[in-house]
Amino acid sequence: MEKPYNNRAWLMVAPVFALVLFSALLPMMTVVNYSVQDSLGQNQFFWNGDGWFRDLLNPSTEIGARFADALLRNLSFSVVALLIEIPLGIAIALCLPRSGWTIGPLLVIIALPMLIPWNVVGTIWQIFSRADIGLFGAALTRLGLHYNVTQEPISAWCTIVVIDVWHWTPLVILLVYAGLRAIPDAYYQAARIDAASRWATFINIELPKLQKVLVIAVLLRFMETFMIYTEPFVVTGGGPGSATTFLSIDLVKIALGQVDLGSAAAMSLVYNLITLTLCWIFFTIMTQLDRRRYA
Amino acid sequence: MARITLDGIAHSYDARSPNALQRLDHVWEQGRAYALLGPSGCGKTTLLNIISGLITPSEGRVLFDGSDVTHLPTERRNIAQVFQFPVIYDTMTVAGNLAFPLKNRGVERGAIKSRVAEVAALLGLTQDLSRRARGITAEAKQKVSLGRGLVRADVAAILFDEPLTVIDPSLKWQLRSKLKAVHRALDLLMIYVTHDQIEALTFADEVVVMKDGRVLQVATPARLFEQPEHTFVGYFIGSPGMNLVAANVADNVAHVAGHAIELAGRYPSLPDKSTVLGFRPDYASLVPDGGIPVRIRRLEDLGRRRLARVALGPHEIFATVPPDMPIDGEQAGLTIRQDRLFVYANDELVAGNRR
Repeated sequence: MEKPYNNRAWLMVAPVFALVLFSALLPMMTVVNYSVQDSLGQNQFFWNGDGWFRDLLNPSTEIGARFADALLRNLSFSVVALLIEIPLGIAIALCLPRSGWTIGPLLVIIALPMLIPWNVVGTIWQIFSRADIGLFGAALTRLGLHYNVTQEPISAWCTIVVIDVWHWTPLVILLVYAGLRAIPDAYYQAARIDAASRWATFINIELPKLQKVLVIAVLLRFMETFMIYTEPFVVTGGGPGSATTFLSIDLVKIALGQVDLGSAAAMSLVYNLITLTLCWIFFTIMTQLDRRRYA
Repeated sequence: MARITLDGIAHSYDARSPNALQRLDHVWEQGRAYALLGPSGCGKTTLLNIISGLITPSEGRVLFDGSDVTHLPTERRNIAQVFQFPVIYDTMTVAGNLAFPLKNRGVERGAIKSRVAEVAALLGLTQDLSRRARGITAEAKQKVSLGRGLVRADVAAILFDEPLTVIDPSLKWQLRSKLKAVHRALDLLMIYVTHDQIEALTFADEVVVMKDGRVLQVATPARLFEQPEHTFVGYFIGSPGMNLVAANVADNVAHVAGHAIELAGRYPSLPDKSTVLGFRPDYASLVPDGGIPVRIRRLEDLGRRRLARVALGPHEIFATVPPDMPIDGEQAGLTIRQDRLFVYANDELVAGNRR
């Protein structure tokens, strides 16, 4: 039987196309549009070619230096956050009981920080870390530590890292815990019979079995830390100086603070491309490792 | 090398629920192969895990060569266990897997190497030694798990928990004969859990039949067939299982559905309701004339022999049809070998007094 072929069927998917057009394509094209033009106001634009991009990617220009610094800052932040959150999440998940009535309440308590919106988290920590009235800040100051979020770059940096760890390690814990629960008991029993140490059991059984959830955890946490905005915006405002001015913060400063639309648009596109590329690299490396093991 | 004694072992997972394993005394002799046979949930795995030390029994003692190991952890008993699903260490090669238990016990390198080579040769894994353990077949993985048990020179017993479950049917036979060969070569105590009677009967010197946490009979495969001590054993072993018909037994005569059947022994008075007469289809045969009148329901030609499903009063039973006997019509007679007729009360075998 011949399949009926009717081009009118395209009409049925037209609404989706329209939706995608308005939700993704048009705003994106606006950015592309800004990135290749210059404006002197009054809605007059003229062609600038790849000028904005060349400035941006050239560290000897003012905007290029800013971008390079922010990128470096952002990358180090992502690396530090991942290096803390992933091992910490695995460690806590390993300590959780495998069964029993305590596990339900425990998981809820662990998941609580994730349920708080970013700007609320920022506000909580903004107050929490104040040296005069904040519990955390005041306690550190009493201990004789030189802690001041608004004046000390190291304090500000550490605070942002601590916020992210506090906010998002629970995600890693939940993912890893689910992965651990999926390992059959026989593996642990065999390990006991083989007299494997706790560490050997972790390295040879748990870690390989966790690989898949860890790919997801690393990807999610990398993307989010690389796009971090709200917490530094609320807590430090990107300062002191530019110590916590991450890419997104800088981007907003350029776009909305200086109304430097061309630079901002070019920066958004490059930023977007970097995120995409890094995620793709992560994903490829981790799945390739997996495939090579199976071969 | 050891004999393992279970002294009054019983276990329940939960104080409120009935015992997963009821009181049991048994001695597992060095160098023999045992099978634990029974339907799912009968307590086979519980018993196995008590021996290996993964479970501490609620009651009783486990003795290895006379010394009490009841509270000794698994890693300090000289036990190897092969699980239902192959357990291998993904991160290592086959050789790494085999060396792992020795490495953990601090055995010196050279000794590990020669021992691994020895065991690999025994199991036919030599050509796979350098391969990643993750990539090999399920059957080879089971061999690797077995090998991890065998490399330890001091291993007292190898426990198998339904090891052929995930093995391709065509390879089951091969792996089973490998196990047999290993058993013969190494003179080890082996305990094999299964719910497959063929596996149990071909593997074991002695079979332990279990049901609902209770051991019903421990005997050689032949004895399980010839003289089942419990109706469940009769029914579970053999294909088709033993015929079991309600009977009234008085002295040396059993009355089944109005027919009198003479027994080999004399029996004391037995409770009417639970008394059952048991005989295997292999020892009941149809005859053209005489015997107990039965009605033929269906014939089953198994190639090597013919079986008839016949009605004996309200009971449906299986009987052998002699090769040369023509079947016409529905009526036939049934004869049963007298020395193969057993009387059970409350499912337990009742011994008759032989004259």
